[in-house]
Amino acid sequence: MHDTTAHRVTRWALRLIVIGYLLFLVIWPVALVAAKTFANGLAPVIDALRQPEVIFAFQLTLSAAFWAVVINTIFGVGISVLLVRYTFPGRRALNAMVDLPLSVSPVVVGLALVLVYNGRTGWLGQGLEQAGLQVIYAPPGIIMATAFVSLPLVIREVVPVLQEIGTEQEQAARSLGASGLQTFARITLPAIKWGLLYGVVLSLARSLGEFGAVKIVSGGVAMRTQTATLLVEERYQQFGIVNSITAYTAAFILALIAVVALIIITSLRPGRGTSE
Amino acid sequence: MWFSLLVLIPLTAVLVQASAGGWSAYWDALTSPQTLAALRLTVGQAVLVTAVNVIMGTAIAWVLVRDQFRGKQLLEVVIDIPFALPTIVAGLVLLSLYGPSSPLGVNWANTRVAVFLAFLFVTLPFIVRTVQPVLLELEHEVEEAAASLGANRLTTFRLVILPSLAPAITSGAALSFCRAISEYGSLVLLSGNLPYSTEVASVRIMSSIEGDKLTEAAAVASILLVVALIVIVVLDLISRRVARYA
Repeated sequence: MHDTTAHRVTRWALRLIVIGYLLFLVIWPVALVAAKTFANGLAPVIDALRQPEVIFAFQLTLSAAFWAVVINTIFGVGISVLLVRYTFPGRRALNAMVDLPLSVSPVVVGLALVLVYNGRTGWLGQGLEQAGLQVIYAPPGIIMATAFVSLPLVIREVVPVLQEIGTEQEQAARSLGASGLQTFARITLPAIKWGLLYGVVLSLARSLGEFGAVKIVSGGVAMRTQTATLLVEERYQQFGIVNSITAYTAAFILALIAVVALIIITSLRPGRGTSE
Repeated sequence: MWFSLLVLIPLTAVLVQASAGGWSAYWDALTSPQTLAALRLTVGQAVLVTAVNVIMGTAIAWVLVRDQFRGKQLLEVVIDIPFALPTIVAGLVLLSLYGPSSPLGVNWANTRVAVFLAFLFVTLPFIVRTVQPVLLELEHEVEEAAASLGANRLTTFRLVILPSLAPAITSGAALSFCRAISEYGSLVLLSGNLPYSTEVASVRIMSSIEGDKLTEAAAVASILLVVALIVIVVLDLISRRVARYA
């Protein structure tokens, strides 16, 4: 296509509009948070990170995210294999339902978990409480809420890869005498590893940042059930420069993790193409 | 099994709890003036934001696919930031440019503009990411054929490009609408959550839970749940139609 002047003008206009839009909506605001975090230099930031509440919140967030990701990896791969390799009644419904956690409000997720797992009136919560396991207002609830909201991320990455690789190699392995587990470990797993890794990074990023659902199920008590995102909220709403810097510091770290995860994902994308 | 323990049973519990007080209690919970105001604000802003996204999202996807310039890779990352950023941090981020100490000299915190901005921020990636792959696969030849037959650029866009993008734009719009009505985290710090003014549906649910009015909370939650289900079914139908024609 030849470049006419009018064409070039539209192109430049469009480019400027898009960059300007992103500048005002994303780039400038994000940069400002970074600037505000370090507005008084590095020392207050380091002091903020030394507070036991902050250390605890990040430890809790990390361990909850870790377990949620482990759970999601195992069940995500399981559900993906089920969806792609087997036909059963209700498969299409399950396929659609898998997306539900992504489109339903985190507040609804939290409410749903509280209704079922609370120790006083919950359907399953009463039994679990008697067995000595408190779910709501405790770490197990935080892990469940986190796993709930990030479950589809692994499945959505693994399903297309499974569909693409087909069943020929798996059938060959089976016909040569490999057991189901061997086939999975030697054939299926290596084939889906890039898709899986991508899903795991996505789901880790989402897990570290979950807020609404966790707020409801955890109660957000400092030093007991307060995660990093809940800490940001509490500190921002309190008065005083130390609290405000703590909120900005925690937010900055969460944002940093998110951006690093994004960069990893972007660099994994071409890697996925060449590995197959 | 795990899926039903984690996802299906709890979501069913919401519906059961919502119906616990019978129809009249359900209806009363939904039609209380404060809830109605919250639902109206949520849906209104979500529609508005989706409309902006349909235009800006398509434009951004177009620039990312068809334009070449330095720093385009950076824009790719920028598009995904709202998706990766924790929502509470998203609220803080917007507050720093549009809040009390804004370098722009505006203060939109605790107003409806803040709700609009928060929705706009968190839904940014959806249409861009659904339209982009379709645009990438679109063949230049069809456009060139249209151009050589005398169609100007606008006609080509309207009659050739837009119809092929329509399913992608629709699914992106559905996702973005769904995300907007369910948004909570970014509004906590930003919108002030003033009843009748800036309180959205999910914030309404949260305050009902904190007031221990679970049935009321579940009633509003059931509406959000049903909308989410409808969106999923619509997306499923669209993807099936596209698969059939492809």
